[in-house]
Amino acid sequence: MTRILLTGNAAAAWGARLAAVDYVPAFPITPQTEIIETLAEWIDGGVLDSRLVTLESEHSMLTAAGAAAVTGVRVFSATSSQGLLYGMEMLYNLAGWRAPLVLVNVSRGLSAPITLEPDHNDVLAARDSGFLQLHCATCQEVLDNVLLAYRLAEDARVRLPVLVNLDGFYLSFTREPVAIPEPAAVADFLPPFSDCGLHFRGGQPSSQAVAVLGGGLYSYFRYQVHLAAEQAAAVYAEVAADFERRFGRSYPAVEAYRCKDAELVLVMIGSFATKAKAAIDGLCAAGQRVGLVRPRLLRPFPAAELRRLLGHRKGVAVIDQNLSPGRGGILHTELTAALYGLPQGGPLLVSFVGGLGGRDIAEEEFVQMVEVLRQAVQEGIAPPPRLLFTEEELQQVRRLQDIAHGRSEGKGEGEETS
Amino acid sequence: MSESGPSSHSHLAPGTPLCAGCGGLQALQQLYRVLGDKTVVVNAAGCMTLLSIYPFTPFAGSWLYTAMACAAAGAQGVRDALDIQLAKGRISSAEDLATVVLTGDGSAYGMGLSATSAALDRGLDFLYLCYDNEGYGNTGHQYSSATPRAAHTATSRVSGYAGSKKDLFAIWAAHRPSYVATAIAAEPQDLARKVKKAAALRGPRLLLVLAPCPTGWGFDPALTVKVGQLAVETGIWPLKEYVDGRAVHTKIPRQRTPLAEYLRLQGRFAHLFSPQPDEQRLAELQQAVEDYWQQVTE
Repeated sequence: MTRILLTGNAAAAWGARLAAVDYVPAFPITPQTEIIETLAEWIDGGVLDSRLVTLESEHSMLTAAGAAAVTGVRVFSATSSQGLLYGMEMLYNLAGWRAPLVLVNVSRGLSAPITLEPDHNDVLAARDSGFLQLHCATCQEVLDNVLLAYRLAEDARVRLPVLVNLDGFYLSFTREPVAIPEPAAVADFLPPFSDCGLHFRGGQPSSQAVAVLGGGLYSYFRYQVHLAAEQAAAVYAEVAADFERRFGRSYPAVEAYRCKDAELVLVMIGSFATKAKAAIDGLCAAGQRVGLVRPRLLRPFPAAELRRLLGHRKGVAVIDQNLSPGRGGILHTELTAALYGLPQGGPLLVSFVGGLGGRDIAEEEFVQMVEVLRQAVQEGIAPPPRLLFTEEELQQVRRLQDIAHGRSEGKGEGEETS
Repeated sequence: MSESGPSSHSHLAPGTPLCAGCGGLQALQQLYRVLGDKTVVVNAAGCMTLLSIYPFTPFAGSWLYTAMACAAAGAQGVRDALDIQLAKGRISSAEDLATVVLTGDGSAYGMGLSATSAALDRGLDFLYLCYDNEGYGNTGHQYSSATPRAAHTATSRVSGYAGSKKDLFAIWAAHRPSYVATAIAAEPQDLARKVKKAAALRGPRLLLVLAPCPTGWGFDPALTVKVGQLAVETGIWPLKEYVDGRAVHTKIPRQRTPLAEYLRLQGRFAHLFSPQPDEQRLAELQQAVEDYWQQVTE
């Protein structure tokens, strides 16, 4: 087992390499591009026996990816942000085609305004597409999740595309020590691609992705996708257990950190959960009983596991790195639904939105959020959702607005002094 | 398979839900007789999407519906996956398939053009059949960029389409592909020759087939062939092919029938004749045909 420093992007490429992917339809987009550059170099250098084709858009890239998967080869692709949305029509199609491929998304805030740094509105826009979703918090997890994702996608009980998400910059460009499994061990874990009898071959005519007429037939096929996605929860548990047995790294569908005696729990996905852990360490050291719950698997939604981990807590703060305008945090909504109607009443839920477009969440903000949660639990009333933003940030915005409007500094709008 | 006629491997089964007199289906029938079942037909949203409605298909071979913009990208994925499996010895050459893209003009001239252009850049080995019925036929015939000037469509009901038909032949030819041809089912020998030629070549190939559309153009289905013949005889639909870097006309109508005879048969041009003939517009349309043939030397 080799352990080397890898960026999240390189770890994703290693995952694809170890999975011995046959085909990589590609399109460059920041901050994902390093993944396809790395794979292109390996393929050109003869290290990886695969074919990389650059399409002219993510829409075409996903189409080629799905078409190749249903023709009968193992497919890997990667995108980010605008690219994921540009290809959105095909995400739904590929799930309907039951194309068992793996797509890495490197999260990045959505335009407008256009930006490069991460949040989760891109990947959550794909939430209802039928793609399964695995969310990473470390570079090691990126590599390992790609391997888990292939097992999951190609399992005959599932046969759905899987999206592996990592955060732009915080993981994509951050080097961490990553253990690279032996190819032979990976080959034992991940057998050669199985097309489950669905393919295009001379002499075996088949029609795929044909039209249907009438809601009954349409509903049948859509329900099939849903039932397969639900079934993927048990398959994931099996696959993760097998992975742990072989490689010694454990990836339960939901990670619970310092939750044993925790009264208050933070819920987050992605790499910012690592920041939360550091804050929780400090709070626990100061005698507080605070933990973190981090869903890795977001589709299928691990509702039962979340009820088990959270149902008996006093308070839960959901920190959403996304925003559904007019509603608020998306995970908060999902968690509220999962915890509704528990016999014991369930925990008090408080919603925070932060980390949009890569905005940092500082340690003192985590401390503050825990304090707000504690207060809410004491009063028994959940406060309105909070959008994290500091006075200092507002002042900075005002300064930039002054420049944009050609005003002399310090004379922001509505702040004229005589 | 018999040599004397179409077999079940190369014949589209009857009973499709397409309109009576569909000029596109005529052309597809001819193409399928040559290519047969060792094909994957990759389709984009359009009239022909309705050929394969679960659980029925008229095709003896395979079919993949994609979406409106991306049939050429779907063909790329299928072709690459077959090539990869051939190269890795997972399938035999007997299991290989020809990749055929089938779209209407809405996709070919518009939404799918970017994906198609990129497939041409890459030299993708595929045959593209565009059935050009000069409008978004499947949604009730709104104008597309393939609609001819002055034609009434569902979105140009008052004075007809104000634009001019896009030259997709020239756009394809500018990519220097293996083969581009215009054709029409009403000229079956010309079409058959082009289908065979295209099928024998490798690389990107387009058969751009004008598809007289009784429903969208407003004529009796019995007149499909007549309308198609007039499209050629009047010179408004030039039959040509691009091969080896040269565009050549395969039929030059030197004694051209007046364009009005073609237009008069179609409801979409009725406003040019009634309540009284719009001589000025008719003359302009005729002049556009004259101008085209003026510059034709071969």
